[in-house]
Amino acid sequence: MSPFDVIVVGGGHAGTEAAAAAARRGARTALLSFDLAKLGAMSCNPAIGGLGKGHIVREVDAFDGLIARAADRAAIHYRMLNRSKGAAVQGPRVQADRVRYAAAIQAMLRGQPGLTLIEGEAEQLLVQQGSVAGLLLADGTRLSARAVVLATGTFLGGRIFRGEDREEGGRVGERAATVMGVQLRDLGLPMARLKTGTPPRLDGRTIDWAALDEQPSDAEPWTMSAMQSGRVLPQLFCAVSRTTEATHAIIRSGLDRSPLFSGAIGAPGPRYCPSIEDKVHRFGDRDGHQIFLEPEGLDTPLVYPNGISTSLPVDVQEAMVRSIPGLSRTRIVTPGYAVEYDYVDPRSLNPRLALGAMPGLFCAGQINGTTGYEEAAGQGLVAGANAAAFACDLAPLLLDRASSYIGVMVDDLVLQGVSEPYRMLTARAEYRLTLRADNAPTRLSARAEEAGLLGPERLAWVRARAAARIGLEQRFDTRLSASMVAANGGQVSQDGAVRSVREWLRFPGVALEQLLPEGLEDVPAALLAEAVEDARYAPYTERQQAELAEMRANDHIRLPEDFGYSAVPGLSAEMVQRLSTARPTTLGAASRVRGVTPAALAAVLVHARKVVA
Amino acid sequence: MDTIFAVSSGQPPAAIALLRVSGPGAVAAAEALAGELPPPRRAGLRALRDPADGGLLDRALLLWFPAPHTATGEDLVELHLHGGRAVVRAVEACLARQPRLRPAEAGEFTRRALANGRLDLSEAEGLGDLLMAETEAQRRAALATAEGAVRRQVEGWQDRLLMLAAHVEAMLDHADEEDVADDFGALENIRSGCEALGAELAEVLAAPPVERLRDGIRVVLAGPPNSGKSTLLNALADREAAIVSPIAGTTRDRIEAPVVRNGIAWVLTDTAGLAENTDDPIERIGIARAEEAMQRADLLLWLADDPAPEIEGVQVLALHPRADLPGRGAVPSDRIGLSVAQGWGIVELWSEMERMARGLLPREDMLALNRRQQDLLHDAACALADAAAHHDPLLIAEELRRARAAFDRVTGRADVEGVLDALFGRFCIGK
Repeated sequence: MSPFDVIVVGGGHAGTEAAAAAARRGARTALLSFDLAKLGAMSCNPAIGGLGKGHIVREVDAFDGLIARAADRAAIHYRMLNRSKGAAVQGPRVQADRVRYAAAIQAMLRGQPGLTLIEGEAEQLLVQQGSVAGLLLADGTRLSARAVVLATGTFLGGRIFRGEDREEGGRVGERAATVMGVQLRDLGLPMARLKTGTPPRLDGRTIDWAALDEQPSDAEPWTMSAMQSGRVLPQLFCAVSRTTEATHAIIRSGLDRSPLFSGAIGAPGPRYCPSIEDKVHRFGDRDGHQIFLEPEGLDTPLVYPNGISTSLPVDVQEAMVRSIPGLSRTRIVTPGYAVEYDYVDPRSLNPRLALGAMPGLFCAGQINGTTGYEEAAGQGLVAGANAAAFACDLAPLLLDRASSYIGVMVDDLVLQGVSEPYRMLTARAEYRLTLRADNAPTRLSARAEEAGLLGPERLAWVRARAAARIGLEQRFDTRLSASMVAANGGQVSQDGAVRSVREWLRFPGVALEQLLPEGLEDVPAALLAEAVEDARYAPYTERQQAELAEMRANDHIRLPEDFGYSAVPGLSAEMVQRLSTARPTTLGAASRVRGVTPAALAAVLVHARKVVA
Repeated sequence: MDTIFAVSSGQPPAAIALLRVSGPGAVAAAEALAGELPPPRRAGLRALRDPADGGLLDRALLLWFPAPHTATGEDLVELHLHGGRAVVRAVEACLARQPRLRPAEAGEFTRRALANGRLDLSEAEGLGDLLMAETEAQRRAALATAEGAVRRQVEGWQDRLLMLAAHVEAMLDHADEEDVADDFGALENIRSGCEALGAELAEVLAAPPVERLRDGIRVVLAGPPNSGKSTLLNALADREAAIVSPIAGTTRDRIEAPVVRNGIAWVLTDTAGLAENTDDPIERIGIARAEEAMQRADLLLWLADDPAPEIEGVQVLALHPRADLPGRGAVPSDRIGLSVAQGWGIVELWSEMERMARGLLPREDMLALNRRQQDLLHDAACALADAAAHHDPLLIAEELRRARAAFDRVTGRADVEGVLDALFGRFCIGK
């Protein structure tokens, strides 16, 4: 048997990030995939980032992860969403060349010390005395390891729907990991089904680009990863079109043949990413729906029509596409389809993304009921880092809601479970004003360094940045009178007050160059922007401190994982059921379980003290 | 879990004492005392006997209710005993000897009802008020709360708040969707929505708190020594609550006398006379306490001839006492003339006090909020007002989050999922 500490099953965004994180922590790690050439494949839209999602990408990058660096190396279009709004809700997003993205991921994985890439199919988990002992592959190979991370995506019990057609499998042209699914069902894990969908892929050479509005890439040279500067590849533009009444009529005529409406698919799909037939059906009064035509790469004519995910029969898809302005002669290369798949109720996981039912088994990505590359990558980081911790007796990586969007996501998943594929939204983060995409390194570098997740290059960058930030904060202590600010062109009233640069920045009519006109040339622009934003929102983030302190205090009251809620006096059957399913690890977590009342919480607290005493 | 019991009908002696037993052992305990029980929810007459020696304790009406559809959510037994102290004590002693039975702690029945989801927090508070209610107006206000008037009203506000939050969140998370309006006009709509909701909350908050209904309107009698404050207090209370003597400074400390008249509860407070100069340290403390009582009063009855002090939030009735004495016959037009000795002016004073009470008490058709609910809704109203003042949607969203948290603490429910439900129900979102 080959000795490993951690085996990661699945080479998507969760699996690759998990494998790289475990290896960065020093664990002897194996990454198992059906097809090593497909490591890092973007299975759905060719974009990385967005609102909330871009935050996660930057956070994974702060832990020296892969996704942001690969995105920069493959990016053919940059767009900062919400640019006109506060930095907290600005979402960096790129279109990435599929081939180059996968190549970048694969290059990084091959360069990662301590990581072995294995091509094969996972047949069976090896179990010893109720704990994970390794993995048996379909070819009979046995791999030993104390920890296994399942990042199998939609391959568990995956079923494809296209009109009246059915197909077992995950992504197009790949095999489904149904054997593993059967074994997980045998473990008695709570499992359910979800649905997701994808649009048809178009031949860009048959699109009338001249007839459509263009959306150019951002001119500003921002990047996804802090380690990248400037643009690597030439930038392409996207185009925008929209459905018409004729499109809607075609869709309506085909609804009876759509598996979504015929009852063939019963599982819930994502509300924020509905199929076009759903949109036409639910919002019948709208006269059109926007479509973004996104090129899939520099060397391919394929175009991803973002906005028309569908599982209609192929003939209806063709008619629908041709009714859209600019697409009247467009050829479909691969039709769209819907996938129904199994997921493990994430409430059976703890905040390390480990399954309570089997020590050593971790889950990350779509298997936990999430959707999106970024959500998968964030979980991969957490599961990989904690699998390494479990196997090598290191400190766990625990991120709370105040630290990061990753922390918000993990907390949401393990406490609330999911009722639709889970996607990050900035609305989910109560500490949104502090959790910005632009300050991820400031928030997380220390945690990343502590956990041993940073490579030498990143570590040097983090240290230099921290030093620059300290210098900048000293400059922000500089005290200026109103007349001095006004002399530099600041729109302030002459109240004779003397304030620090930090305080002046809160005034709407004041810009940094009016306060510190010189001496900041050497400070990186991103760091400067972050410090200014910190100062601007300081009164609001300070107000959140009390709330945050209360949360962290409650999170220090630990509840044992096997806490017997049914033995708590005064707890109703409903509360017992909710809490037993979520198995919160702290009192703070218990307070966040949906529907748990303050009275129930008080009862839990009293009982917890009794049990511990 | 323990089974608890307590007399629920007020302290004996009384004609009947209602003893409630709640918990998993309630039915077994009742069987131990009464033998076979009547069918659930049917009253039956039973002889209660001490299980130890078979001695007869009482003949009582017995009812039982199986969990979970009971007031506490647990098995519940009611014993309608004869209300003598000895009877009640003997039955309680027998119950306490049953396995895992113990006397209930204060509020424990309500706490169990809350924990078992039979009540939400605001309903539990209303129930507490109902049990304390002594006057008709108190009873009606408390009943409205216990039946969920506060919860329904708060939920109505909360729905509007969620809709406002959904609009801002849509603007923040889905600005690139064409279905989401992201322009100046849309932001103005949200801001004016915040302002309107905040103003509506503020209006309800301006109403008097329910505590005055429950605890009584605080009336403080103040004036110089020997101005007849204690005499008046006794006349209003219709009993000798305060010692009366012709010696100035007889009343050294505050004396409180609760009075119920025409369905309104009052707490009358007699105070030490406000002497200008005194060397007596005890009298000085009495005066300090009198001044403190005046600050906390709802209504000040002013018995000095000097102009009455103006204290924020305190209404003042200036009196002209001892109007029967020589030289005091002329009553100033802005004062009520009084002579307790002659019985002059007391009826007039009461009717003036009752007229003022109408402004001090919540109207019966109005939402009666207690102090905790008021404080939380005040937080929400402030957050809404702040939201209306911002132009940055990010900060509007932050203030609305604050408001939502305050609302959730009134009913004990919290969720970001509520916002997302509102958002996805209203907007066609998703590319």
